[in-house]
Amino acid sequence: MAQESEDLKAGARSSLEEGIAEWRSYVRRRQAIHAVDVDELEDHLRSQAGALVEAGLAEGEAFLIAVKRIGALDALSREFAREHSERLWKRLVVAPDAGGDGGLRAKEALVAVGLAIAAAVAVKAPELFGVRMDKDQELPAFYVRNLSLLVLPFLASFFAWKRSLAPLGRVWLAAPFVLAGVVINVMPFAADGHTLILAALHLPMAMWLAVGYAYAGGRWRDPDTRMNYVRFSGEWFIYFVLTALGGGVLMLLTMFIFSAIGLEPDQVLMTWILPCGAAGAVIVAAWLVEAKQSVIENMAPVLTLVFTPLFTLLLLAFLATTAWTGAGLAVERELLIGFDLLLVVVVGLVLYAVSARDPMKAPGLFDALQLVLVVCALLVDAMALWAIAARISEFGFSPNKIAALGENLILLVNLGWSAVLYGRILAGRAPFAKLERWQTAFLPVYATWAWVVAAVFPPVFGFR
Amino acid sequence: MNVGKDLVAASATPLILAILSEGESYGYAIIKRVAELSGGELQWTDGMLYPVLHRLERNGYVKAVWGRSESGRERKYYRLTDSGEDELASQRRQWQVVDAALRRTLFKSFQLVFQGG
Repeated sequence: MAQESEDLKAGARSSLEEGIAEWRSYVRRRQAIHAVDVDELEDHLRSQAGALVEAGLAEGEAFLIAVKRIGALDALSREFAREHSERLWKRLVVAPDAGGDGGLRAKEALVAVGLAIAAAVAVKAPELFGVRMDKDQELPAFYVRNLSLLVLPFLASFFAWKRSLAPLGRVWLAAPFVLAGVVINVMPFAADGHTLILAALHLPMAMWLAVGYAYAGGRWRDPDTRMNYVRFSGEWFIYFVLTALGGGVLMLLTMFIFSAIGLEPDQVLMTWILPCGAAGAVIVAAWLVEAKQSVIENMAPVLTLVFTPLFTLLLLAFLATTAWTGAGLAVERELLIGFDLLLVVVVGLVLYAVSARDPMKAPGLFDALQLVLVVCALLVDAMALWAIAARISEFGFSPNKIAALGENLILLVNLGWSAVLYGRILAGRAPFAKLERWQTAFLPVYATWAWVVAAVFPPVFGFR
Repeated sequence: MNVGKDLVAASATPLILAILSEGESYGYAIIKRVAELSGGELQWTDGMLYPVLHRLERNGYVKAVWGRSESGRERKYYRLTDSGEDELASQRRQWQVVDAALRRTLFKSFQLVFQGG
């Protein structure tokens, strides 16, 4: 008998606990009510329910009455929001109790800031060996070759630390950086040769994809992880630009304030603040993107949404004009590069539209718009290639032309198949995931091409 | 009898400050004390007390500290600060003005009605 009553009590207690747990999770969904407030309210709820139980009520009843007395959740949440209006703005770095792993977040911040400082130091370290920057002179050739190699290893280290990359994975991660350092510094480039400039331009690209290996934590074959790296890259770029804008304002103000007392700080600004700040910003931007991941809406897809229609209009207008006037393309030296950039932008628009799209959703108007954009870009590029083919057959090959042509072909293949896939998706004959797979499967092609231009072109073209 | 919503809202600050001037307290005890002081006539929606307490904290009238209840549960205690004392004094003067004015008009006419009857 006594046992039975104990059991009943235990049952009632667990029902109270269950009720409170359920109530907690319900209240926690309110953005304006933070976890500490829920704790405070829970204490209230328990005090109230306890008093009612003492007055003779069953625990279940006491709980219901206590909840009722706390008041309607909507009204309560409104009151909290009025008192703490700042809570409706999601906060990034200091977002409180996002997951209760405050210690880890603090540690991550420390690691990020430490690596940012290390990158800043690394950028200035060559000065110890007599490689000096000067505001009135061009960047020393050493920096042209090695800038990405001075900074990006720290970014890779950040992800290797964060993803707890296995020792073997770390070796694999270090390999491309070491190889790149050898390629760019040991090969006998002609000073100011085209192949040197090409290699210096393409290595950062290859290094960025090597960082992707660290970002993936070794799971770089997984298409979803690859897509996450694409998302990360877009957000990173936006955060880096924003940080750079802030840095620009800081430098302008420094210049202004010090010139007021008759000093000219531009030597310090250009050779210390700018390079160190930029190097640090690379790491800090990455850390911010990691920290904000689930807190704030991604910006890159929003920009994609805004600019896809605009670029489609631009290309349609261009095609209509050439068809109307019958004007051919004037073959200039920069023509190919310009059209490469156009294709890069279109591939970027496709990529970020894909990255933000729910693969389960039925194809819609925006997908059709993407198809129009891609087809227009292909038509425009075909015109450019036609014009350039004539020029190449007339004047022969040069490393610049081959590099630009190769890039154009790679992007053309990407967009061509993307157009086919978009067509099939719109016709309902292929799932959207196909396009996603195609885009992520293509990432190693970019890396391979970057390596080819950086490491194979120079010997082939005699290091000119 | 139900005290109107506006009056409840207006009297919340002076009541809370006055209760806290009796000593450190916490949400549930404050609500119980209000009920006690008003003979159960002043009914608050319990949850609404907390945003008010947080506002008082933000204005620096009270200071909040996390402690433990007698049963060992985490509990947030509130204590009146010096500037809270000042605010309480100022509130007291304001309510005295209201009270005096009401006594001279509203309550006097009641008295006449009762005396006439």
